[in-house]
This record gives sequence, C-alpha cells and structure tokens, in this order.
Amino acid sequence: MKAYLIKRLLQIIPTLFGITVITFVIIHLAPGNPAMLKLQMGKGEGALGEKTISEQIIKQTKELYGLDKPLPVQYILWVKRIFTMDFGFSYKDHRKVWEKISERLPITIQLNIISIFLVYLIAIPCGIYSSTHEGSFADKILTLGFFFVYSLPNFWVAMLLIMLFGGGDFWDIFPVYGISSIGSETMRLLPWLLDRMWHLALPVVCLTYGGLAYLSRLTRAGMLEVIREDYVRTARAKGLSERVVIFKHAFRNALLPLITLLAFLLPAMFGGSVIIETIFSVPGMGQLGFEAVLSRDYPVIMAITAISALLTLIGLLISDILYAALDPRIKLE
Amino acid sequence: MTDPAKTLDFQILETQSELKGETPNTYWKMVSYHFKKRKLAVFGLWITIFLFFIAIFANLLASDKPILFYHQGNVYFPAFSGADKIGSFVWKDLRKTNPLIYQHVGGKDAAIVIWPLVKYSPTEYNLLEYLAPPDSRHWFGTDDSGRDVLSRMIYGARISLSVGFVAVGIALIIGIFLGALAGYFGGWTDIVISRAIEIMLTIPTFFLIIAIIAIKEGSSIYNIMVVIGLTGWMGVARFVRAEFLKLKQLDFITALRALGASHRRIIFLHMLPNAMAPVLVSAVFGIAGAILTESSLSFLGFGVQPPTPSWGEILSQSRDYIEFAWWLTVFPGFAIFMSITAYNLVGEGLRDAMDPKLFR
Repeated sequence: MKAYLIKRLLQIIPTLFGITVITFVIIHLAPGNPAMLKLQMGKGEGALGEKTISEQIIKQTKELYGLDKPLPVQYILWVKRIFTMDFGFSYKDHRKVWEKISERLPITIQLNIISIFLVYLIAIPCGIYSSTHEGSFADKILTLGFFFVYSLPNFWVAMLLIMLFGGGDFWDIFPVYGISSIGSETMRLLPWLLDRMWHLALPVVCLTYGGLAYLSRLTRAGMLEVIREDYVRTARAKGLSERVVIFKHAFRNALLPLITLLAFLLPAMFGGSVIIETIFSVPGMGQLGFEAVLSRDYPVIMAITAISALLTLIGLLISDILYAALDPRIKLE
Repeated sequence: MTDPAKTLDFQILETQSELKGETPNTYWKMVSYHFKKRKLAVFGLWITIFLFFIAIFANLLASDKPILFYHQGNVYFPAFSGADKIGSFVWKDLRKTNPLIYQHVGGKDAAIVIWPLVKYSPTEYNLLEYLAPPDSRHWFGTDDSGRDVLSRMIYGARISLSVGFVAVGIALIIGIFLGALAGYFGGWTDIVISRAIEIMLTIPTFFLIIAIIAIKEGSSIYNIMVVIGLTGWMGVARFVRAEFLKLKQLDFITALRALGASHRRIIFLHMLPNAMAPVLVSAVFGIAGAILTESSLSFLGFGVQPPTPSWGEILSQSRDYIEFAWWLTVFPGFAIFMSITAYNLVGEGLRDAMDPKLFR
C-alpha cells in the first residue's frame, strides 16, 4: 500500500508542473502586463495624473512583481511561490491572497461536502431500487425524471427556486442570500446550525440535483450488469435472502465506478459553485473567484485556479486509493 | 437466406431490405435502425432539427419588416432590403392592427403584405412597453427596454447553436488529433499527451473560461467559441486514444504497415474512420455542454455583448425583476433546457444504438 501511495504521489508531480505552467501562461495572456494594469487602476482611483507616473514607479512595481526578469526566471519564482502558498497580495484590497482564500474556502468546502453527501445518499438507493425493479413504472419514472432534471441549467433552477420559494409571487420559505441571518453570532449552537442549514438549503439543492441524475444512472447500470453475473445466481441458489444478495454481493461489486466518480464530482462542484455562490451571495471561494475575475484581480484568480486544481488532484488521489483498497484485483506494487 | 450466425436484428433487417430490394449491410444503417426504435431519441432529433430551422430562418421568423410586399404589380422583400417603409406604407403603422402573417390593405392603394410570425426585431426597443407581460402582440412579453422577448429568443437560438457547433468542431479537431497521436504512437507521445489531458481535466474548466475571457478583454462570439473549444477536447481525445489502442492490435493495421503504408495514411485513411463512433456520441453531448456553457457565460455577463441577443443574457436581466417578470425567467430558461435535453436525448440514443452489448 505504501509503495502504491508513493508511486501515485510521484505521478502527481508532472501534473502539478503542468498546472503551474498553464496558470503562468494565463496570467501573461493579459494585454499589457500586471504592473501597468495595476498602475492604471491606481490612476483610475484619482490618485495620479498621467504625466506623474514616472519611469521610477513603473520600474519599482516591476521589481516588486518580478516582472523585469526573463520569463523562465519568472516561472521558477512562480513555482516557488506556489509551494510556499504565497500568492502575493490582492490587487483590490491589498490583503494577502492566502488570507482571503482561507476565509472563504471552508464555506465552499462545507457546501460541496454536504452536496456530495446528499448526492450519494439519495442517488444510490434510487439506483439500486431502479435496478431491482427494472422496467417497472417506478423505474421508468425515476430514470426519465432524473434525465430531465439533469438537463436543467443550474442557474435557471436557482432562479426558479428563488422565484418560487424566495419571496416573490409564491412562497417565502427560504432566504436567498448570505449564509446567516443578522445576529447569528449570538445564537447558541443548535439554533445557529439550523439557521445555517436554512440559508444553505437552496444553494445545496442547486448543487445536488445534477449529480443525482448521473450517479443514480451509474448505480443502476452497474447493478444491472452485476445482477446478471453467475455468482449472483449462485448466491440466490444457495438460499440467501434477496437483501443479502443485493447489498452484500451485488452492490459491492457495482461500487467501484461510483468511487471513481467522486474524483470527477469535485471539479464539477467547483465550477457550479461559482454560479450558485454568486446568485445566492454565499461568501465562498466561487464568489471570490467571480469577483476577482470581474475586477481583474490577477493574484486571486491565479491562486484560486491553482488551489482548485490542487484540491481536485487530492480528490483524484483519494478516489484512487479507495479504489485500490476496495478492489482486491488491483495488485499494489 | 437467413444466416443463424448473424444476430437476430441483422436477420430482421436483411429480410426487410431484401423484400424492399436493397441490402443494409453498413454499420451506420444498423445504428440508425436501432436509433429509430427509441422514440425519445427520435423526439430529441426532431427538436434539434426544429432548433436548426429556427436558427437558419430567424430572419424570416422574426423581423419588424414584412417578408413580402406586393403593390401595384411590384413585389418587394423589405425584410432583406432593410427599408423602413415603401412609399406611404410605413411598416410600423401597418403592424398596429396585429395581423397574423397575411395582411390586406384595401382602398385605392391596395397592397398585400406578408408578415413574419413575430413582427418585432430583436433590437428594436420601445420604452413605453417595457416589462410588459405576454399579450396578443408580444407573445412572450417584453424585457426592460421594451424589446420583444420571443424575437430575441429566436435570434438567440442562432447564437447558441453556432457557438455549440463551432466550439465542438474546434474541440473535435484538437481531440481527434491528439488522441490519434497518443493511441497510435504510444510510448512517450502517449505519456505526454495523457498527462496533458489529465492536467486540463484537473483545472476547473468554467472558472478557467471566464478568467481567460476576462483577461483577454474580449467576449466576442469568436473568443467564446475558441475558448470553449480549447477547454473541451479532453473527452474526445480519450475516446479516440482508446479506440486507436484497440484498433492497433488488429491484423489489418499490421498488414498495412507491412505493405509500407505511411503513418499518416494509416491513421487518417484507415484507423480514423473506424474510430468515429464514440467520437460522434461525444460530439453530440459536447454540443449540449457548449450550449449550457454559452448560456452560463452570457448569464454572468461574459457572453456575447448586447445588443446581440442570447438566452442567458435575457435570463440575467430577469434577475433584477424576478418578483414579477416571470416571463423573462421561464421562457429563455425553458429554451435552454429544451435544447440541452434534445441533444442529450440524441446523444443517449446514439450511444445505446452503437453499444454492442445491447444487441438483443
């Protein structure tokens, strides 16, 4: 197991390298360089006139961001900074980028973990039920229903939910922005928790429904394949109860693709987070990223790209390890 | 006549076509036979054709000028010439009686006017009628500048479909090329390309797209097509690579090499045509995804710029008026939903039709 782990970690290195290259390339796509843009933005805030930005200041800013060095050197500096998690200072409010991100990251992770958990909780039983009652009315309704739900664009669903449940012409059950009500700091644990859940309800629904359809379909397909296998027939012939046959024998073998899916759910969730968090004003990393893009805050943009990629890699690693641990056919050399 | 070695469907098809006098012995005829058996997939196909039709004929379906104007023996086509009036006939006045396509103007100066179905252009605004709910003249209501929503949606179909097809086209070119190289040559080429695929998969795609569009200061439709294409080739590449790995083992490839065929010839003339099946499925799903991405981008303000209409852009407007302007939320969203569903249905149908395990 240890050897496999080390081998996997080594395989990550070229991928990390590639990520740093791509993020580096993107930041230099900007017409004009970051230093000039920063100065221009400073100008915009009414501080300096055009003629007073002397060569001196430009030169200083370039040195600060290391932009006066040749590209390869800049790249090495960038890689060094990534490893120390030093992403510099935000252009917008001059706070450390890492600080801003670490404030927001827990919220996004909360949101995504709750969603992933709900996805697995709901989709797997539905998939198993569908597969054991294949062709029945319930199965057809579930499959069709999930399929249509999967095609719903998530920002549309968000808006429909706000329209229906967030205080419009219909009901006003759920709040539509923020994650806590005013005065929530003074609540005790349980009311605070309930308040937080109340606020997160709509965003979580938006993040969850897409994964539900996909996962339940995967479970159903996997179970259908497994149920046809001979060993399931043997188990039934042995006289085992149907429940044991399905859950202990069939399901375990159908489990594997579901684990690998975990790795792909994470980047999907981050992408969805951007839109959902913006619509519902949830102060998470997605919203931070969107605001950073709007205000061309390059350090934050780069940091978020790099960190999301890193988290995705970690997710891939975890799912690979789980896969290897669960499947005895995989030999770990 | 019936060869028991062949599958039952193939026997059915053969008998059917022998009765008709033709032989369906191509793979694609088989695929289309299976495809047509699933009604949902065919339904999806009809919707995609319908959308295609709307996108192509948008000018004839929604315009503030008549398609045809017949007066004193002369025929004019104002929708294409762009004139606001001809002689004393001003289109905007003629429109006031709200005729349905055919309009006869009587009196001394008789004329016949043929209107398009939606008598409003997507860019004409009328601030007196802003945020009007659907009524007999504006079938889908108006937005906050008084522009007719249905007309904007018809032209929006053009944007969505063209972005979808071009972006997927770009993704296909990149993906097929890289996948073929990786699968055919193996070794270091394969390792490098597979790593590249993995890297692109780990980076959050949507965020990357908005970052690139923002940084390059360009949200023109061409930039969007290119960026979506550049970030969506990974699935195709993996499929092509897998197919090539399978095909490489076959004897006919070895024979071709023995005959001295060049690499280029083998890849493009012999292997690629046989690897197209999963690529087609991937392309169709890709179109659905590209439509979704384009609407999401327009929703966030990174899509096509006004006044070009886009479904996502109408939806983003509706955010400000969400309490009462339900028509701004429901109709464009439904259009996006139907387009995505249609392409997903076609993709699923194709996938099931081409799946060898499902041959009964």
